[in-house]
Amino acid sequence: MSETAAAPIPVTVLTGYLGSGKTTLLNRILSEDHGKKYAVIVNEFGEIGIDNDLIVESDEEIYEMNNGCVCCTVRGDLVRVVEGLTRRKGRFDAILVETTGLADPVPVAQTFFMDEDVRAKTQLDAVVALVDAKHLPMRLKDSREAEDQIAFADVVLLNKTDLVSAEDLAQVEATVRAINPHAVIHRTERAGIDLAKVLGQSAFDLKRVLDDDPAFLEEAEHAHDDHVCGPDCDHDHHHHDHHGHDHHHHDHGHSHDHHAVSPIHDVTVTSISLRGGPLDPKKFFPWIQALTQEQGPNILRLKGIIAFDGDPDRYVVQGVHMIIEGDHQRPWRDDEAKLSRLVFIGRKLDAEELEAGFAACAAKAKAPA
Amino acid sequence: MPSIAAYEFADFVETACFLGHRPAFALADGSLRLPAGGDKTLTLHEGGLLAAVYDEFGRRLLSGGEDGRVVATSDGESVVELASIGRKWVGAVAGGPNGAIAFASGRSAWFKPAKGDLKELKHDRTVEGVAFAPKGTRLATARYDGASLFFPATDAAPVSLDWKGAHLGLSFSPDGRFLVTVMQENALHGWRVDDGKHMRMTGYPAKVKDWSWSAKGKFLATSGAPAAILWPFSGKDGPMGKAPLELGTRGDSMVTAVACHPAEDMLAIGYQDGMILAVRFADSKEALLRRGGCSPLRTMAWDAKGGLLAFGAENGEAGVVDIAG
Repeated sequence: MSETAAAPIPVTVLTGYLGSGKTTLLNRILSEDHGKKYAVIVNEFGEIGIDNDLIVESDEEIYEMNNGCVCCTVRGDLVRVVEGLTRRKGRFDAILVETTGLADPVPVAQTFFMDEDVRAKTQLDAVVALVDAKHLPMRLKDSREAEDQIAFADVVLLNKTDLVSAEDLAQVEATVRAINPHAVIHRTERAGIDLAKVLGQSAFDLKRVLDDDPAFLEEAEHAHDDHVCGPDCDHDHHHHDHHGHDHHHHDHGHSHDHHAVSPIHDVTVTSISLRGGPLDPKKFFPWIQALTQEQGPNILRLKGIIAFDGDPDRYVVQGVHMIIEGDHQRPWRDDEAKLSRLVFIGRKLDAEELEAGFAACAAKAKAPA
Repeated sequence: MPSIAAYEFADFVETACFLGHRPAFALADGSLRLPAGGDKTLTLHEGGLLAAVYDEFGRRLLSGGEDGRVVATSDGESVVELASIGRKWVGAVAGGPNGAIAFASGRSAWFKPAKGDLKELKHDRTVEGVAFAPKGTRLATARYDGASLFFPATDAAPVSLDWKGAHLGLSFSPDGRFLVTVMQENALHGWRVDDGKHMRMTGYPAKVKDWSWSAKGKFLATSGAPAAILWPFSGKDGPMGKAPLELGTRGDSMVTAVACHPAEDMLAIGYQDGMILAVRFADSKEALLRRGGCSPLRTMAWDAKGGLLAFGAENGEAGVVDIAG
């Protein structure tokens, strides 16, 4: 009867500026009847219903790891609090981490990969960013953190949609998509959202990552889509709405898409989608490892599905800065084209260099001249 | 052959110790269990216990909890509250000479002499650990980028011992010449207190979670590897330029807890799989004290005479080994 193999505790990270509706969402999560017990780690007790005895206050402490890598940072306060919280069995079912509007989301996420104890006991479920639809344009002008939080998010709640016009809302949503085309976007008022769309996302689970997201494969085709939903649109704003169109695997001969920086807003994050055929693992792994070593500081997130030549299984990769992990996910289905897709979200990414490097990983690629 | 009195507690065993002759187990749920001679339970903290150490100076168990309190018990019969700081987690505690205590929460350490007021020592970064020097009233705190040395009875500014990285806990050598910290990385760092000379102790495959000074402070035994790693501290330069002793090496498990015998040059080693070995320094001779369990050993402690070893594991398994049988 080994008890060391207890299921890891899911952790949801909530980011967002003061006034974005984060506290409202937190209070809803804590008060709604979902049959789960949460431990909540907050920066300040603030307005959260403090009757809950599993709310823990912690000072944001960014610890650089002493390995010479400036982007290898963890949140020391989270290491300590999570270690304390997870010692006792059955005390709660999941952990919520609230970060302040000024917090860098990366060290928070990296804590769940880099610290061996935290990693052993928990599983990062998703990073959820609340965005104030009215004030986002201003936030993007005055802070890099607002942009980072969106760029880093798996789920974006575009909140306070009732406070802006349909045109402004469309513009704000387009901006969010320009920063992060792969986040699931939900439009909300007063943070009103089915909690099932926020919790239990398994966005960092390699076995599930991208699997519920078939359109990840067609993402590139939609990158320059001008479609914007009207205010009465009731479909869920997943980033790749098909509207019944058949967009399967058009290959326009280009193998990357550079999501252009929005001209209106002060956006510095870009995303680059790479596509190709089956890859040679002997070329791909050295390339991606060297790339994340050299350009890790500029890479906020990366995700990909890789088809290796002769491998019957899909290989999935994900990364945060210099941390990258990958695993076989499931066999390729007969009706799936064996294509490799890799998406980078970050700053100062060199699209041509990435494209060339990726292309050189192709199985049976011609040797470069 | 050694015999074991085994116990099953419902929660994580943070600290095992002996209060007088009685084995005592401080659990993460805030309770203290004294199972020998009639099962007795004391409540140390409401909510949960975060840190508990046996105070060698005051011969008592000190603990800090989620309730913002620091409490002590020396006999397992009654609990004395030493300090209370409200709605904060007390994550580290230490006992010092003459009944002084120190503890930490957030970006502050607190010092309290046996008779006197609580004194807050503010820091720029979170205080992760506290430790007293063996003589006098000198308090060290572990923090980001090093350690601070206070004379907390005075208003003198602290001496800063700097080393880049996050320092999570610390301990003075029994002779007070060295201060050693455990880091967020898989490493220890040390300073010679007199001149601040650095000592790097690296090479661990895992975080160091437990350490123990051997009799007379000749070695610092540590967990964090498939063997117990013992750094020699008898020379004037500490472990610098010397290879550590490796005892109890196993190919299939990791050392998670260590406890040096109070008199002999002998070490109890607890492993990830619950096994406990006793190993002699001189010839590495091993004796099996516990075959194994279902959970990593968290804590071990010898009684004053060195005939009994109390242990506790993460899943609540615990016991007392009588090495004489």
